[in-house]
Amino acid sequence: MTALNPTDDPAYRLFQQRFGTLRRSRQTESLLTLAAVVLLFVIAAVWTDFSPEQIANGLPRIGEYFGKLFSIEPKGSAGPVGVLALPHLFGGVKEPQSIAYWFYRIGTYAALLWQTIEMAILATALGFGAAFALSFPATHIFVGSRAVVFVTRRLLEVMRTIPQVVLAFILVWPFGIGPLAGILAIAVHTTGTLGKLFCELNENADLRPVDGIRSVGGSWLAQIRFAVVPQVLPGFLSYALLRFEINVRSSTIIGFVGAGGIGQELKRVIGFNIYEEVSAIVILILLIVVAIDLISEQIRHRFIGAAI
Amino acid sequence: MSMDLAVERLRHPEVFRGKGRLRWLLLGAVFAYLVYLMWLFDFSRVFTDLPRVWVIVRLMLDWSGVAEWDHVELWRSMLETVAMAYLGTMLAVVFAVPLGFLGARNVIPERVFHFVTRRMFDGLRGLDQLIWALVFVRAMGLGPIAGIMAIAVAETGILAKLFAEAVENIDRRQVEGITSVGAGFIARLRFAVLPQVLPVMISQTLYSIESNSREATILGLVGAGGIGLRLSERIQINAWDQVAYVIVLILISVALIDTTSRYLRLRLIGPARS
Repeated sequence: MTALNPTDDPAYRLFQQRFGTLRRSRQTESLLTLAAVVLLFVIAAVWTDFSPEQIANGLPRIGEYFGKLFSIEPKGSAGPVGVLALPHLFGGVKEPQSIAYWFYRIGTYAALLWQTIEMAILATALGFGAAFALSFPATHIFVGSRAVVFVTRRLLEVMRTIPQVVLAFILVWPFGIGPLAGILAIAVHTTGTLGKLFCELNENADLRPVDGIRSVGGSWLAQIRFAVVPQVLPGFLSYALLRFEINVRSSTIIGFVGAGGIGQELKRVIGFNIYEEVSAIVILILLIVVAIDLISEQIRHRFIGAAI
Repeated sequence: MSMDLAVERLRHPEVFRGKGRLRWLLLGAVFAYLVYLMWLFDFSRVFTDLPRVWVIVRLMLDWSGVAEWDHVELWRSMLETVAMAYLGTMLAVVFAVPLGFLGARNVIPERVFHFVTRRMFDGLRGLDQLIWALVFVRAMGLGPIAGIMAIAVAETGILAKLFAEAVENIDRRQVEGITSVGAGFIARLRFAVLPQVLPVMISQTLYSIESNSREATILGLVGAGGIGLRLSERIQINAWDQVAYVIVLILISVALIDTTSRYLRLRLIGPARS
């Protein structure tokens, strides 16, 4: 019987040989990559003095700090107690371990949170307006001159690459401590990011309506207004809403450099070690961010549908 | 033209009818609200303080003192920032891989568990890195370690969620194929799951290093090490020429990291998903 022993087949042996070589080379490549990753990690750790003992020293302190965030020391009590306790949960403002006691400055927080949201609204609106205006000269299918497109695009690029917290910090000097600097910084960043996205939508616009308007003698502005804007506006608005969510997050932290909103208050209470207020504000920020996300998602689904 | 339009308006009134008063009212209300906000936030200052902005811009463009700047310190801090981003992201990967598997519905098909893990990821993610950094600076002291921890914690939430989704989206047929020839749990993970999720994980990790290097530049503003610390010192002493230099330094470094990471992504996982 001519047993088909596959190992005798020269084709099979050739396959085995090639497979082995390929496999070995892939394995070496993987090992080298892994070694490079680990080596880089060690170099980075040495460069930043990041050592195991530092972690070991730091972790208990983090635990201690987070413990303090959620404990209070009411007058007359022997030691720190939890910030909430079931028997006192719904007690009044004067009763320790109740929700009302923990959030006793809710009025101030609410006003600041509202200011934060208004900052985000105004910044998004300003950024939307500027991005809307700049997106058309930055789209090459609408503009003959290459120079105009190039300059507008670089401008948008610079606007979105400068970190907005840095920009806010710089703007605090000319415009003073307060929300204005933060709004302007977020608006500039929004212009840069939205401008780029709007450009991409413009490029996908159908050009036949543009030709139609031009054929009846419409000016460049008329072509944009009546042929392009109706096509792209739903997409623009959808992106703007997404951006609004991001801007709410940004405006909660922009206050760290003195640019207004709840962030400024958070930085203050962290600086003065008013522990239970830190946790209260952080919880409120988390809630507001989640709430805005949910609401804006609803709006996008309901009114704009599958625009993008 | 206007004559023709007048004729057409008479002939086809329905085409020229407005979009309705309600729409204009709504637009007017939105506009009025925005004007109110501008008044509330004192927007007139934008114009009255504009000369001060030009002062800064002029000072930023004057680089005549370039030889006297502490270039070594600035470049060291820039590298420190990149190192922080790398360390933070890598620590996050170490935690996010097991968490990602735990949070995947097809690994642990338990509704409550899935809900709890996912909300945990959301919680880590929902707070901005800068808030984490501020807290860690208070807890562990000034320096890069607070920044590294902040990046690691916030990024763990992001990566764990993405990894969990990657695991949930795998093709089940490959797992079944391997199981049908008698593979155990480890072999299934190694030959059916890992080849499918690894490219996603690597690509996500590279992207995270990219975006965290961007984020890490500002962590120093609250004292968490890196170039941001130098930047905030220079803003506080109004050394605007050096501020501009540091910003340029940041922009160049970020662009370099972007290019490198794009190249690596292409090389490691092929051009298909770039």
